[in-house]
Amino acid sequence: MNRFDYARPASVAEAVAAWEPGAAYLGGGTNLVDLMKVGVLQPARLIDVNRLPDLDAIELTADGGARIGALVRNADLAHDPAFAAAFPMVAEALLAGASGQLRNAATVAGNLMQHTRCPYFQDAHSACNRRQAGAGCAAREGDNQSLAVLGWSDACIATNPSDLAVPLASLDAVVEVEGRNGAREIPFGEFLRLPGETPGKETALEPGELILAVRLPAGAAAFRGNARYLKLRERTSFAFALVSAAAALRMEDGRIAEARLALGSVAARPWRVPEAEALMVGQPPSAELFAQVAAAAMADARPSGDNAHKIELARRTAARALSLAAAGTPARMPALPASPFGEPAHA
Amino acid sequence: MSHSITLTVNGASREIALDDPRVTLLDLLRERLEMPGTKKGCDRGQCGACTVLLDGRRVNSCLKLAITLDGSSVTTIEGLAEGEVLHPVQAAFIDHDGFQCGYCTPGQIMSAVGLIAEGQAGDDPERIREGMSGNLCRCAAYHGITEAVLDATRRMAPATETAQERKSA
Ligand SMILES: Cc1cc2nc3c(=O)[nH]c(=O)nc-3n(C[C@H](O)[C@H](O)[C@H](O)COP(=O)(O)OP(=O)(O)OC[C@H]3O[C@@H](n4cnc5c(N)ncnc54)[C@H](O)[C@@H]3O)c2cc1C
Ligand code: SF4
Ligand code: FES
Ligand code: FES
Repeated sequence: MNRFDYARPASVAEAVAAWEPGAAYLGGGTNLVDLMKVGVLQPARLIDVNRLPDLDAIELTADGGARIGALVRNADLAHDPAFAAAFPMVAEALLAGASGQLRNAATVAGNLMQHTRCPYFQDAHSACNRRQAGAGCAAREGDNQSLAVLGWSDACIATNPSDLAVPLASLDAVVEVEGRNGAREIPFGEFLRLPGETPGKETALEPGELILAVRLPAGAAAFRGNARYLKLRERTSFAFALVSAAAALRMEDGRIAEARLALGSVAARPWRVPEAEALMVGQPPSAELFAQVAAAAMADARPSGDNAHKIELARRTAARALSLAAAGTPARMPALPASPFGEPAHA
Repeated sequence: MSHSITLTVNGASREIALDDPRVTLLDLLRERLEMPGTKKGCDRGQCGACTVLLDGRRVNSCLKLAITLDGSSVTTIEGLAEGEVLHPVQAAFIDHDGFQCGYCTPGQIMSAVGLIAEGQAGDDPERIREGMSGNLCRCAAYHGITEAVLDATRRMAPATETAQERKSA
């Protein structure tokens, strides 16, 4: 690990002022400290935001939205009874991520800013355009089985690993940030960036911008009765997604009045296809409909390497997640959150 | 640049001068405070061997920089027993053979104490396995570990209703 200087600002204004090129904000540290240990990240200054005031509240709004402070720990958000009841697939996605220990440390902002798990990004000795512009991409000819099938470019085929990001994308979340030039809001659809020619620019944050909160818009809680997250992994628990899906339906008289579907670990950001969602409006739920929707959601997919299997896996995951959502949000969080195993998987 | 932090370790307040901001809580405990009970496995959050309670919550001490913890309170495996009297989770691990080589055990026990305090798993073995998935055991003592956590949960919550009691009620 490189040496760094350490700052612990007492206010948001101080934190933003403490930023300079090469500095990094420190949340729970579960991604940043990890990547510093292997030399992938080498910040010259750590700005510890853990003690900033007023960034750890969870507020539900009367219009069916919510505001989640940047420092709310993943575990605290998932276990907040009112939040989990209103946004069950967000809680389920959080509980399907990492481990109990990590969720106690990880912050909401840090989770959304976490870096890709591409094995070559994680290895400081490999060529990686995301780490170093123009260096090349070792994954193209390497171990790319779990990498992107949508939205990738010749420069980078990495996926975004966050489970939390997937339901947030489906619910049209908004990220509140503050920087030297003041405060602004970033729609979630623009927050995580596809690689294009500049994979190093991973998010829409400008240098030095600090996340203050994530908002769920009015009406997001209307999906509470039919919302699921489904995550396929190489082992039942404590593993990143191979593919995942957040599915949410608003039902009226046995028909789908409104539908959301976001796919995780298929691209550098959660994947949404409005045309696929629109196919469901006005229809009664059925396996045939959901298969059609899943196919439409994956219509643009193509392998970036030895990963064609992910396309069919994602289709089936999407269709299954929609069926689970149609069957209704379980009264209690499943013992194995987001898992295809265990109850109530075969609804 | 030297930083000084105050850390309560197993109930005792300590002033600690840190000459290097890179020291993790895990290395601080093992190398500087001579408390090697907390183990280092992966050093990257992947195995749980380094689990401690930080302000009452289980975390991976390998990913916490000590310098960030001024004013915090840490409980390690060394702080669980009261004299010769083992903590109920420690006793349950012995009763149920919750280990073989023992290397992962301090982390397993601290994680179990944290899990029971979180109160989400109750006495459902599936929820306990899921809640303990951040602790790997290369000896695969998982069966005994689950039994131990289940038993400790019951021993520590005589007043709360268990599934068994709900069924017989
Ligand atoms: C073994 C292991 C397994 C994991 N499994 C999963 C999994 O299955 N699913 C999953 O989703 N995640 C998983 N994770 C990742 C974990 O969820 C993230 O590491 C965690 O959410 C990051 O949050 P943090 O607060 O610790 O962030 P930090 O490590 O503190 O920061 C991460 C990044 O965010 C930036 N940052 C932090 N706070 C702010 C802010 N307020 N504004 C702007 N930038 C900020 C930091 O500068 C840094 O670049 C796993 C991690 C590990 C180590
Ligand atoms: S896929 Fe992206 S992150 Fe992985 S090595 Fe290539 S450029 Fe780097
Ligand atoms: S040593 Fe900390 S999780 Fe493995
Ligand atoms: S008892 Fe040997 S690693 Fe768990």
